[in-house]
Amino acid sequence: MTTAPVIPQTDVRVEEPVSSRQLKRQLRAQEAKTKLTSPWASGLAIVLAILWTIPTLGLFITSFRPVEDINTSGWWSIITNPGFTLTNYDQALNAQGGLGSFFLNTIVIVVPAVLIPIFLALLAAYAFAWIPFKGRNFLFVAVFALQVVPLQVALIPLQTIFVNFGLQNSFWPVWISHTIFGLPLAIFLLHNFMKEVPASIIEAARVDGAGHVKIFFVVLMPLLVPAIAAFGIFQFLWVWNDLLVATVFAPSPNLRPVTAAIADLSGTRGSSWELLSAGAFISIIVPLIVFFSLQRFFVRGLLAGSVKG
Amino acid sequence: MDFLLNPTSVGDKLISMVLAVVIFGVIMAVLLFAIDRPKVPNWVIVAAFLGPVAILLAVGLFYPAAGTVVRSFQVSVNAVGPDGGPVINPNTGQRLTELGFSFDNYTRVFTDPAFQKTLLNTVWWVVLVPVVSTLFGLIYAVLVDRTRFEKAAKALVFLPMAISMVGASIIWKFVYEYRQGGSPQIGLANQVLVWLGADPYQFIITQPWNTFFLIVVMIWINAGFAMTILSAAIKAVPDDIVEAAQIDGATGFKLFRRVTVPTIRPAVVVVLTTIAMGSLKAFDVVRTMTGGNYGTSIVANEFYTQSFRQGEGGKGIGAALAVVLFVIIIPVIVYNVRQMRLAEEVR
Repeated sequence: MTTAPVIPQTDVRVEEPVSSRQLKRQLRAQEAKTKLTSPWASGLAIVLAILWTIPTLGLFITSFRPVEDINTSGWWSIITNPGFTLTNYDQALNAQGGLGSFFLNTIVIVVPAVLIPIFLALLAAYAFAWIPFKGRNFLFVAVFALQVVPLQVALIPLQTIFVNFGLQNSFWPVWISHTIFGLPLAIFLLHNFMKEVPASIIEAARVDGAGHVKIFFVVLMPLLVPAIAAFGIFQFLWVWNDLLVATVFAPSPNLRPVTAAIADLSGTRGSSWELLSAGAFISIIVPLIVFFSLQRFFVRGLLAGSVKG
Repeated sequence: MDFLLNPTSVGDKLISMVLAVVIFGVIMAVLLFAIDRPKVPNWVIVAAFLGPVAILLAVGLFYPAAGTVVRSFQVSVNAVGPDGGPVINPNTGQRLTELGFSFDNYTRVFTDPAFQKTLLNTVWWVVLVPVVSTLFGLIYAVLVDRTRFEKAAKALVFLPMAISMVGASIIWKFVYEYRQGGSPQIGLANQVLVWLGADPYQFIITQPWNTFFLIVVMIWINAGFAMTILSAAIKAVPDDIVEAAQIDGATGFKLFRRVTVPTIRPAVVVVLTTIAMGSLKAFDVVRTMTGGNYGTSIVANEFYTQSFRQGEGGKGIGAALAVVLFVIIIPVIVYNVRQMRLAEEVR
């Protein structure tokens, strides 16, 4: 995933005249380096990767099998008894008037629900990291602690507020709720990234006469692009895959996201594996595309946050 | 402006989406522009940077949480009139009830066997999911580090993260699918049992192990997250530290345990915390796979059930469960805050 260059570390010293003792040490060092990437280790890694993927693969294959086959034999029998069909996808897509409009709803929900919390969290993380003020530590710990408030706790009180403001039956409650629920973790992670920026850079900017707003936009934002992308992917996956918030705040058929539509599919059809499997894969296509196309940023961003000292 | 509050057509929806972002952007731009001048007092700047977040969190999380704490002490008791006797509704002839302060909800949560089971399950979730996911993620990250197939191997393990919890639950429900012995199995887990000569097993229904089979699903989802972060941290371990240790004779496992793990400890703590909080709050897996039946309920799921499905009577119980949930996680918060302090001192 990363493009970290493999630096041949032991070669450097080979040219120097070495005593037999040093040579022995070097050999040992080389052995140590290769030990964890031995064929056995690689083999184990491959086995684990396969084990991790088999459940998904099984359902994926199932989603293309005819109903009768699914109910009478395991998906692994596809080797001896091949049979493929697109009927399951056709049915899942066209049940309840098609999933297309639900896809649109999901996209309409996702864009503001990713952009707004990230920006707000960046501002807050900056304040916690670089603006000294009284009670800063206490407030930061409070925000951190709010991470544990289960979403379910907030649903009913929030709903009352939305009804009072006449915001029911629109996307606003969904956007606002996702923003609120995403904030504590976003602030926590982005604050970690912000703290990594050397203080000297900030001080230099301050000496040049830059205020907090300028430092935030001109100095910090460019440095934080990978971190923002990393958290953005998180928030995206979370909002895209959300079922609870959408079910509570956007119950009308006109506003429902694709996850709710698929949950209905599984709710009303019991265990009709042909529809469930196809539906599951329809819902995960977009997150997979987004993840695989952005994973470079993801890794770089997390790298910045996890290195301390 | 009706379409903003009640969008119907595709165009309405897209326009309201764009407008939501634009309105937000304009408000923030005006706010930040207003304070971006010399001689603005510090507290105004702090208010501008933190204000919106503080308001949202206070209204959306703190206020509901406080309300939940209050509700956890409320029970329905028979109203007592001024004369000390019961108050009767003259229309229906029934006794009126009012909200009273009591520890009854907590007593019930800790004495009722069903709730005890729920609490115990939650502890298993909060301990096993983070620990096993992190261990697996760490080992896997080391195994594939600097191998030729690293990129693909990591993508495969991360895959479940991108699948929703509902999707993951469907996938595993299929793996655990049970058919009576003798008939062909369509779930892989039972087919493996049959191949090994054992009887098929009702993984999801049979207590007490079913809870652990649900935990497997959550570990399957979270291991990729742990692996990604820890792998990034391992790659960031400075080469000179590793070299120095190697010259001192540290080999494979020793190098890993004495050098790599201590160096990436902050990352390990972040991973453990994030996963612990996630599994504490997650209820999708339980709800999709068992609905909390067969003794698999966890606090997050029970809270939802008690608050939304059981009517008024369940609300106090649900609230008490949520408070217990919070108390369970306090040690994690304390530990993290102390770690942050330490990191601050090192700086």
